[in-house]
Amino acid sequence: MDSSILTILTFLPILGVILIWLTGKENHSMIKIIAWAVTFIDFVLSLYIYFNFDAAESGFQFVYNVPWISHFGIQYAVGIDGISLWLVILTTFLGWLAVWSSWTAVKDRLKGYMVSLLILQTGMLGVFVSMDLFLFYVFWEVMLIPMYFLIGIWGGPRKIYATIKFVLFTMLGSLLMLVAILFIYFKSGGTTFSILELTRFCVTLPVSTQMWLFAAFGLAFAIKVPMFPFHTWLPDAHVQAPTAGSVILAGVLLKMGTYGFLRFCIPMFPQAFEQFIPAISVLAVIGIIYGALVAMVQKDVKSLVAFSSVSHMGFIMLGLTALNMQGMQGSILQMLNHGISTGALFMIVGMIYERRHTRMIAEFGGVFKSMPIWSTFFIIVALSSIGLPFTNGFVGEFLILTGTFGVAPVYAILGATGVILAACYMLWMIKRVLFGELTKDENKNLTDLKLFEKLVLVPFIIMIFWIGIYPSTFLNPMKTSVEKLIGDVTKYVKHTDIENEAEAFIPYNPHEPQTEEHADVRH
Amino acid sequence: MLDYIWLIVVMPLLGFLINGLFGKKFPRAMVSLIACGTVLVSFIMSVIALFELLQLDPHHRYHEIYSLFKWIPSGALNVEIGFLFDPLSAVMALVVSGVGFLIHVYSIGYMSHDKDYSRFFTYMNLFTGSMLLLVLANNFLLLFVGWEGVGLCSYLLIGFWYTRQSAANAGMKAFIVNRIGDFGFLLGMMLIFWTFGSLNFHEVFNSAFGFFHSMHGTGGEEVVLKDVLGLGMGTFTLITIFLFIGATGKSAQIPLYVWLPDAMEGPTPVSALIHAATMVTAGVYMVARCNVLYLLAPDTLMLVAIIGAATAFFAATMGVAQNDIKRVLAYSTVSQLGYMFLACGVAAFGAGIFHLMTHAFFKALLFLAAGSVIHGMSEIQDMRRMGGLKSKMPATFITMLLATLAISGIPLFSGFFSKDEILWKSFSSDYGGIVFWIIGLVTAGITAFYMFRLIYLTFYGKNRAPEDVQHNIHESPKSMTVPLMILAFLAVVGGWVGIPPALGGGAWFEHFLHPVFAQGEEIMAHGHHPEGFTMEYILMAASVVLVLISIFVAYTLYRKKPEIAANLREKFSGLHKVVYNKYFVDEFYQGAVVKPLVGLSFFLWKVFDVVVIDGLANGLAYMIKSFSSGGRKIQTGFLRNYLLIFVLGVVVFLAYVVLR
Repeated sequence: MDSSILTILTFLPILGVILIWLTGKENHSMIKIIAWAVTFIDFVLSLYIYFNFDAAESGFQFVYNVPWISHFGIQYAVGIDGISLWLVILTTFLGWLAVWSSWTAVKDRLKGYMVSLLILQTGMLGVFVSMDLFLFYVFWEVMLIPMYFLIGIWGGPRKIYATIKFVLFTMLGSLLMLVAILFIYFKSGGTTFSILELTRFCVTLPVSTQMWLFAAFGLAFAIKVPMFPFHTWLPDAHVQAPTAGSVILAGVLLKMGTYGFLRFCIPMFPQAFEQFIPAISVLAVIGIIYGALVAMVQKDVKSLVAFSSVSHMGFIMLGLTALNMQGMQGSILQMLNHGISTGALFMIVGMIYERRHTRMIAEFGGVFKSMPIWSTFFIIVALSSIGLPFTNGFVGEFLILTGTFGVAPVYAILGATGVILAACYMLWMIKRVLFGELTKDENKNLTDLKLFEKLVLVPFIIMIFWIGIYPSTFLNPMKTSVEKLIGDVTKYVKHTDIENEAEAFIPYNPHEPQTEEHADVRH
Repeated sequence: MLDYIWLIVVMPLLGFLINGLFGKKFPRAMVSLIACGTVLVSFIMSVIALFELLQLDPHHRYHEIYSLFKWIPSGALNVEIGFLFDPLSAVMALVVSGVGFLIHVYSIGYMSHDKDYSRFFTYMNLFTGSMLLLVLANNFLLLFVGWEGVGLCSYLLIGFWYTRQSAANAGMKAFIVNRIGDFGFLLGMMLIFWTFGSLNFHEVFNSAFGFFHSMHGTGGEEVVLKDVLGLGMGTFTLITIFLFIGATGKSAQIPLYVWLPDAMEGPTPVSALIHAATMVTAGVYMVARCNVLYLLAPDTLMLVAIIGAATAFFAATMGVAQNDIKRVLAYSTVSQLGYMFLACGVAAFGAGIFHLMTHAFFKALLFLAAGSVIHGMSEIQDMRRMGGLKSKMPATFITMLLATLAISGIPLFSGFFSKDEILWKSFSSDYGGIVFWIIGLVTAGITAFYMFRLIYLTFYGKNRAPEDVQHNIHESPKSMTVPLMILAFLAVVGGWVGIPPALGGGAWFEHFLHPVFAQGEEIMAHGHHPEGFTMEYILMAASVVLVLISIFVAYTLYRKKPEIAANLREKFSGLHKVVYNKYFVDEFYQGAVVKPLVGLSFFLWKVFDVVVIDGLANGLAYMIKSFSSGGRKIQTGFLRNYLLIFVLGVVVFLAYVVLR
């Protein structure tokens, strides 16, 4: 089972697609049950992987490898390591809850909707488990199509504009990446697309070549993240997308950008990465502050959350540039955190949208009175998003900022202002939506959460506190893989590792002349 | 032994969970039993722990549970969930759980009419748990958990009556201003981690202490720290300034004090517990805890003393002009916290903690008594409409008077000993100076003045409330007055544990705390100290005389000849306006920080995002579109056009081939 489990995991949603295809168009409950069951089993399978995952092993596990198009050396190769493990579990977790959250929200063309969600899930899982660059690219592109339909068919009033913008931005990046992939393939002799082998090849390329390749890959990923200034597709896509679409978009799709940096850009082109670190750090810090400021003045709750994503993703990128354990682990953890917190926020916003058919902040006020349970969930998730200690957001942000502080204190200090700004935009929004008098009649008779809605949110709350209070569960399995990644990269860069190389304090003695003696670094 | 101290933290959190999940379904008696019971258990455990601590030899009064479990392990960073119990945490834990318990009991009566009864106690328990975590944590990051946790509870409780817009605003303001402070604290922790390689208190302070010794070549093994920023000794200055920024936020010091007066929007027990007795003292606790680091950074100490003295003075002047009874107390709290920081700044950490404790007693009492007054006056808070409550609310009057005597520093009352200790140290310490003493002295005079103004306006003269309110004036129920009496007892005798040698006492409190500050004292500069007590007596007499004069002035202005007060107000109306409006600091922040920031954000969104970036993207799309639509025109669909182009093409091709 071990070698085929990733394949089963990836393609199980396709089985769901076939089953749904066989179901009658009007049989909504059957369609929903199939989708729910398939995504739930998928989630359980991913937990099976977690429990059988060997945390001491730094390389890929559950590897399965067969030739696919042997003429070009293309393989069907899948595997998982400590970095992708959590992204796979995040995908199945959110995929399952996204289906669940659509229970009553979607009534129009449900069959196509669920089919899109399931195909999307296969695409996303495929991206995270691919060990073959060609296979990766196929999944990367496959995933675009169902998302295109999800926004374009089940989206809001400006769905066509949003969906075309989304696809065009993404395609622009993808095409350059394809060129870079083909360049590497032919340059390396045209025999393999294996990520591991190509990585070994790419690190030997001259820096100037690496720079071009890094830029081509990096642009695709930077748009996906999205990094400032490539972020403008995101708010439009989010605001127009249906709830489940937003959850998946923010929760998983954005992570493909940061995952791309971790899996391709950084290990394949380490010397280029070193050159790009200042640029990436600056853009990341701008993203943190810019996203937060713009989020603050949004009038629509959903676009506020969308801009807050820009800010949070900036943190993740900043952590990667630290190239030390704290920064890297913090970034990977923050990918999970962002998926959980932002996913939950979108669901919560979706729930009020279902009731009020608006998300404008000005339309609310005093909702705490009519919907106390919903409001409590909202507050808890908002607090996790602003990184309150003992919630998930804090652990991630603290690790990222600590890691960054060790190599580039100025960026850490600037980035840390995001912590203040996050409190500003979140609490201001909370205040305007939940607190004050109930002034609008429409808000007075809102019904509080139904049982299934609470059940959808509870897993998020559990994860928020689990990661916040006992992050070891998540940090330990990724540890060796991250160590290996850092080790591999630092072989090629003159990156100052502060833990070992920082200037020692020269004791200053007012009574004796200063000595030049360096004693051993204490540790 | 003492391994149970983590349960002190857990008990109120348990109450929080139970009441938070099921409180709505419980009867009120059950809710209050759980809420008060869990805090009482924490208090009892703290008392037992104190006695166990006292059994130990003074130099070994330190118990650390290094790790309950690993919290954040990442590379060299290894943060544990661990606890420590030493004299300093013992004092704090006792104050928090003891005063906290009394205020919980008081709240049963005070909140009895509120429909959100269980929500109130849920938050209160969460607060108590977080505060206990703050004072019992054994490392910076866990302290920070409590630090932000109490901030959260403060936010929730200030905005407890969330339908009031002003309450919701005040809660948000408190949280955001605190976050600005926390930003500093966060940076401080990072610098500590990279310098010392640890966040554990014991390890950090020992390294710093060892470093001090190896720096002076005075024994011990060589300790070398990492100079991350290349600042040398400046690293200590920077660390301590970062941490102190956190303290100015949490403990409402200049420039971040602005949230505390607004925080009075919360229910009065909240003001007593969070915004007077416990949470706002967290900054003082933290600075005292880090005394070793602060002593290695004398520049920061100076800064702490200046900020403390300035805050003490300015807040006191603002208190003079307030009419809302709770706001007077709020400014008084800011001012008294300034005293505590002044003490820390002149390296008299013990005196700071001493004042922290006595202040917790008398200020909690003042707030609870004010709450009792408000309760009896049908929610009126404006002192101009009070008066003559002395006979109608005798228990409230007497207890509040005792607290006022204590805060004014009348000899034998608790505040006298702690305040006098601070004044003396700010004069005599090597880190102090006569300027600090004068500011402290003047502030003491102003304090006595505004407190007695409050007493005269509230309890003496004729009642100035509307008729219907006057009929309803009543003394508060037992559940409220009994805690008042207990606190009054503490406000009177609480200072007797620290009677200085000059007055024949043994300064027991200072000796008790001494082990915590022992390392710091070795680092401290030791100058020449005057022999004998003469100077101390002179200063003491000066402050007592000034306080008595202030009380007399208050008596004249607000009891004997109120017309003089009115005259003065008119004569100096400009000055009064400035002071009444708190020197327009809020307005300044609003205009200089908030508005520009929001404006900038709008600009970024509407101009940069929409016009510049999207303009580029859409412009590109438009360009491609117009290019394509130009190209489309060639596809006319007429055969003759295609034929013409085909023929032209052939001609050109042939011409090229022939003429080549």
